[in-house]
Amino acid sequence: MRMTYLKNGETLSLNSALCTGCRECIEVCPHAVFDMQGGKAMIADRLSCMECGACMKNCASGAIKVKAGVGCAAAVIQGMIRGTEPACSCGKADTKSAAAGSKASCC
Amino acid sequence: MEKISTSKDPADSAACGCGKTPVTLQAVPRQRREYVTGFVSSGERKVPVVSTRLSLRDVVGGWKVRWDFGRSHYAVLPGLYAVGSPGSDSPVLVTANYKLTFDKLRRELGGVDAWILVLDTKGVNVWCAAGKGTFGTRELEQRTMAVKLQDVVSHRTLILPQLGATGVSAWEVKRDSGWQVKYGPVRARDIRAFLSSGLRKNNEMRRILFPLTERMAIAPTELVQSWPLLLGIAVVSAPLGLPLDAGYMGRLLGVGLPLLGAVAVGTLLLPALLPYVPFRAFSLKGALLGALWGIAVSLVVRASLPGAAALTLMAMPIAAFLSMNFTGSSTFTSQPGAALEVKRGLIPMISSLTIGLGLAVVTRILPL
Repeated sequence: MRMTYLKNGETLSLNSALCTGCRECIEVCPHAVFDMQGGKAMIADRLSCMECGACMKNCASGAIKVKAGVGCAAAVIQGMIRGTEPACSCGKADTKSAAAGSKASCC
Repeated sequence: MEKISTSKDPADSAACGCGKTPVTLQAVPRQRREYVTGFVSSGERKVPVVSTRLSLRDVVGGWKVRWDFGRSHYAVLPGLYAVGSPGSDSPVLVTANYKLTFDKLRRELGGVDAWILVLDTKGVNVWCAAGKGTFGTRELEQRTMAVKLQDVVSHRTLILPQLGATGVSAWEVKRDSGWQVKYGPVRARDIRAFLSSGLRKNNEMRRILFPLTERMAIAPTELVQSWPLLLGIAVVSAPLGLPLDAGYMGRLLGVGLPLLGAVAVGTLLLPALLPYVPFRAFSLKGALLGALWGIAVSLVVRASLPGAAALTLMAMPIAAFLSMNFTGSSTFTSQPGAALEVKRGLIPMISSLTIGLGLAVVTRILPL
C-alpha cells in the first residue's frame, strides 16, 4: 500500500536542461519518484518523495536539487531544544563529531 | 586489530540526549565472533569467512536489540570478510557494521562466493548511517584503501545497498578512487537474484515498502523507549488514587491502566494500523486512536462524564505524541512534514494533557 505524508517532495526540483539521462536517480530512489521521458528523467510522483537526498547526491550533472533531511519528529524537537537544524545524529552537520562515537537512540 | 571508536565528545552526547556508551573494540569480544568459521587466503592475507547461517545466539541477539537492549553496542568490526570461497573475480558487497544488518546480509548468502566489506557506521544500520553520513563517500573510499581491496579483487566494482545512496555519491567515488559503485537492491533478500541476473534490478527491488511485519519489528523499540512516559504516568496516577484505603489500588489502576493503554495505542496499535487510519499527520492518526481508546475504556469502566473527558483528554495527546515519534521509524516521511506536525501539534497536545489532568484532579477532589 502506498503511504504518503505531509509536504512530501516540496523542495525537490529537476533541471531537465542539465539532465544527461544516466538513470542514476531512478536507480537510487526508494519511492519511484522519477521516470524517464524522451531520454531524460522527470518527476513522476512528487508526493511520494521523502526528501532523503539520494538522487541529488548521485546526480553527477547537478540537475537535481532537494533539501535533504530526516523525516523524524523527535529529531525536529531535538533541533528546537538545541536551536539547530533537525538532526537525528549527534551532529549531522559535522560528520566528524557524529563519528565521535555516540549514536542517537532513534534509528 | 583496529578500534571502531573509543572517543566521545561530551558536548555532543549531552546535547542530543543520546549519550550512550560508544561502540568500542571491547564491545566485540573475540570469543563472541563465532560467526567466523575460518579463513580464506588472498595473497599473503587471511580474510575471515563468516557463516551464512544464524546461530541461536545471533537470533536471540537480534530479538534483544529489537527490544532496545544493548542496541548501541551491537556491532561487528569493520573490515573485509568473505562468504563461501571467493576469488579475485568475486563480487564485493558493502554493508554497515550494525550486527543485525550484517546478520541479515550473510543469512541471504548461502551458496554465494563473495567478499563483504563492512564500513564503520558506529554500529548503525545502512539507511540511518547514510543519513548521518557515516555510511558515506569518505568512509567507503578510506575503507577500500585500508583493506587494500585492489589487491584482493581484479575488478573495480562495489555493490552497495541502495539505501546507502543517501550518504554515498557514486560519481565522486569513481572520480576519487576509480571504484565503480553499483547500487543493489533495497532488501538483502533480493541480493541473490540481483547477483544472478548480472547486477540488474527490477522495480520491486528498488522500492521501499513498510509492510506490517516491518512496522511491528520496530514497535517494541518504540515501546521500550517510551519509558519516561510510563514513569510519568505512574507518578501522576499515584496521588490520584489517594486516600490510602482499601480502594486505593482500584482507583490507582482506574487512572493508570487507561493511560498505559494509551502508550500501547501510540507505540503498538498505530504502527499496526498505520495505512488504515485516516489523516496523513501521524499525530492526528494517534489522536484519533487515543480518543477512541479513551471513550472505549470509559464505557468499560463506566466512568462519569467528567471522568471520561479527563481520561480521553489525557489519552489523546499521549497516543498522538508517540505516534508522531513513529515518523522517525517510518520509511516515507519528509522533514518539512515532520516539522509542520511538531509546530502545529505540540501546543494542542500540551493543552489537552493539562486540561485532562486538571479535570482528573478536580473529579477526584469533588466526586461528581
